[in-house]
Amino acid sequence: MILKRRSFIGTGLAAASLLAAPIVWGQAKLRVVVIGGGAGGATAARYLAKDGGGALDVTLVEANPIYTTCFFSNLYLGGLRDFESLQHGYDKIGAGVTVIHDMATGVDRAARTVTLAGGQVLPYDRLVLSPGIDFKDDSVPGWSLDAVEVMPHAYKAGPQTQLLKAMVDSMPQGGTFAMVAPPNPYRCPPGPYERVSMVAHALKQTNPTAKILVLDPKDKYSKQALFEEGWAKYYNGMVTWVGPEFGGGEVEVRPDSMEVVIEGEAQKVDVCNVIPGQIAGRIAAIAGVTDDTGWAPVHPDSMKSKADENVYVLGDSSAQGDMPKSGFSANSQAKVAAMTIRGELTGSKVFPAKYSNTCWSLIAPEDGVKVGASYEPTPEKIASVESFISGTGEDAALRKATYEESLGWYAGITADAFG
Amino acid sequence: MGQGALPLALALFVVMGASPVAAEEIGDAARGAKLFQRQCAACHQVGPEAVNRVGPTLTGIFGRRAGANKDFNYSKSMLRMGSDGLTWTLKSLDTYIENPRSLVSGTRMSFRGMDDPVARSDLLAFLRDYSDQPRDIPEAEPTALKTLPDLAPEILSIKGDPEYGEYLSSECSTCHQRDGSDQGIPTITNWPAEDFVAAMHAYKAKLRPHPVMQMMAGRLSNEEIAALAAYFESLD
Repeated sequence: MILKRRSFIGTGLAAASLLAAPIVWGQAKLRVVVIGGGAGGATAARYLAKDGGGALDVTLVEANPIYTTCFFSNLYLGGLRDFESLQHGYDKIGAGVTVIHDMATGVDRAARTVTLAGGQVLPYDRLVLSPGIDFKDDSVPGWSLDAVEVMPHAYKAGPQTQLLKAMVDSMPQGGTFAMVAPPNPYRCPPGPYERVSMVAHALKQTNPTAKILVLDPKDKYSKQALFEEGWAKYYNGMVTWVGPEFGGGEVEVRPDSMEVVIEGEAQKVDVCNVIPGQIAGRIAAIAGVTDDTGWAPVHPDSMKSKADENVYVLGDSSAQGDMPKSGFSANSQAKVAAMTIRGELTGSKVFPAKYSNTCWSLIAPEDGVKVGASYEPTPEKIASVESFISGTGEDAALRKATYEESLGWYAGITADAFG
Repeated sequence: MGQGALPLALALFVVMGASPVAAEEIGDAARGAKLFQRQCAACHQVGPEAVNRVGPTLTGIFGRRAGANKDFNYSKSMLRMGSDGLTWTLKSLDTYIENPRSLVSGTRMSFRGMDDPVARSDLLAFLRDYSDQPRDIPEAEPTALKTLPDLAPEILSIKGDPEYGEYLSSECSTCHQRDGSDQGIPTITNWPAEDFVAAMHAYKAKLRPHPVMQMMAGRLSNEEIAALAAYFESLD
């Protein structure tokens, strides 16, 4: 449901909420607070400010002064990209956005306020939550957030990514890199397997007898045929994938002794990348908009929270239907949410929601593949309309073009989100 | 056209025409030869001794990947279509000759296009005779000759709503940068509306091969394409 201000006043239900926390006519500016400055939040803030025509007071809350994108961070692990190339500041985000570098620690939905770690309280008319993911502490037996310095997840980009790369670079000759892959649903479905490809590429240069062991609780995974073809072609014999049938789903890790235990059998490894099960970024649960799955259900036509009509949830944190959790999806969803919020607060035209996503992955230098789909809201969920995936056996020219396209996309989406 | 190349090739054609299984009739090759001389030969050669001139040689063009002649300096746009998977078939050549820029936006071929479908068929019948197996073209159904995109005047005359286009364009700008950068992904900023409409309909009809764009264009209505064209044309 899309509420325009005019219809808003007329309906009983909406009128009640209007009394509870009125949008004051003649108030200088209507306030939108956005929590999370990644592909979803930064895009939403920019579009709200850009298209709001100065009518909206937009505040973006992001803990990190410099944001490091998780997308493309595997290319850094593969030695194909600088760490700095993944980093984006907020200085170009646009004049209409106030950026506060702090951590949101509380949301009072009745009073419509957000509390920050620094003590500041931000009132809002609309709140956008785009906090990405957090990890389930009990997802992998033996692993907890206390172990991240020994067995890094590197699934929120930043120091964790640099730590994992340092570990790969200093692996002993012929050593073993283990990855505990996450259960569904998780951020960036092809991400763990692109990471395997990029780590394999790095090891092939300096440590060609090293082994990669992937322990996976899933029967199948994104772009599986493409990755398997690529691993056989470029890294033959290096990668072993262990699915649930052979114990990949019941893995225990021992950070103290650097062991992984598969079906009761302990194996010593040199690097262990644990990508645990995931839930919505913590602030979503604090705000009380998540359900017992740990994700935040939203209305498919607007990304509005099903728990609160003044709150929107974007990207990885949201439970919306068929779209994968990706930066592209978050960016796409942010535009729909920004348009809807602007319509509600300023009476501007609201067009039907359209969503899309494409995920590029790199298997080896200049060998890129992609999967994508377009989506539309149905009453139940955001539903896939049409999809495509790269084919096995494609020629080198097409794979190179796909890779170059992914570079173009990275430049495009980061400019779209960060300015 | 190099002197002598054409007559020799025509002689070859006569021999091939006499093969036991005749190629499917797609047009009048003799008429096509005259059209070629008048409209194409200033830049292109065809035949066993043909060489690249202003344009690449057209001998064996059928079945060849776009931009695949290693000795020819193609436009970036043509190379991109080639790596996207554009192959020259009866259908794609027909579309290209009808309106080169609807298929390859940045082609350097300065030819405004050939509107008459019969003339195009004649020309293609002529060019087909310089392929290895003329009788295998068209490979399957003769309907392959159908001209796409079939842009009716009422589609071309839709006046786009730039405000709607601006909203829709937010989907484009995830990849296509508004400032006109074209690393890996071509720019669409400032495109003439007519070219934009032709290109999007060519994707929609799956004539242009790129799968992301086929999907994106596939769900855009005629009005939405016009709105986007109006918006991108207006960008500074």
